[in-house]
Amino acid sequence: MAFARVRDVLGWAQQTIELDADPTVAGLWDVLIARVPALAALRASTRTARNGVVVTAQTPLGAGDEVALLPPVSGG
Amino acid sequence: MQAVVTEPIDPGPLVERVRTRECGAVVTFLGTVRARSDDGRAVDALSYEAYPPMALAEMESIAQEIVERYHPCHVAMVHRVGKLAVGETSVAIAVGAPHRAQAFDACEYAIDELKKRVEVWKKEHYEDGDERWLDGHCAHP
Repeated sequence: MAFARVRDVLGWAQQTIELDADPTVAGLWDVLIARVPALAALRASTRTARNGVVVTAQTPLGAGDEVALLPPVSGG
Repeated sequence: MQAVVTEPIDPGPLVERVRTRECGAVVTFLGTVRARSDDGRAVDALSYEAYPPMALAEMESIAQEIVERYHPCHVAMVHRVGKLAVGETSVAIAVGAPHRAQAFDACEYAIDELKKRVEVWKKEHYEDGDERWLDGHCAHP
C-alpha cells in the first residue's frame, strides 16, 4: 500500500507484488524503483511498515504480508 | 476514544466522552482548514488521507501517554479524511481533567504528537488549480 506522495509517484494505492525467493524490505524497494525510477528520491524519507509495524530495510517479507510505504506524516 | 472518520466532525460527543464527575476543566482543540498556505497561497481545500490501522494505534499510544503523564484525565481524538473545504474541521481533541492547567497541557501534547506521529497526510489544493502534498514530519523510526 502506498500513501500520499509515494502513491502519486507510483500511480497506485494498493497492489499485489510478486517477489523473488527470500524477499526483504530493501528488495521490495529495489523492485519498485526499477519500475518507477522517480521513487528513488523518496526512499530515504519513507518508512516501511509490515502488517502495521514499522520495520527496517533488512526485514524479511513473506507471502500475504501487507506492506505500507509511509512518507513523512502531515496530519492535523 | 480515538477515530478516523469521513463525515464532518461534531465536537459535542467528544466533550461528553471526557466529561466526568472528577473534571473541573474540559479543553477542546479543533484543527480547521485555513484559506492561506504557510507560503501565502490561496487555498481552496485540503485532502487528508490516513492509514487507519496504524493511525488509530498511534492515536491510542498518545492517549495512553497522556493518561500516564497527566493522570487523572480523559482524552478523545478524531481525525477526518477526504477532501475538506476551507473552514471545515480536520481534527478534534477533547481532554477532561480536574484542573485547567493540566487539561490545556494535555491537549497541547495531544495535537503536537498527533501532527508528528500519526499516519495521516494532507495535500493543499490551491485556487489556481495547482495542488501539493505538504512536507511532513519524519516520524519516529
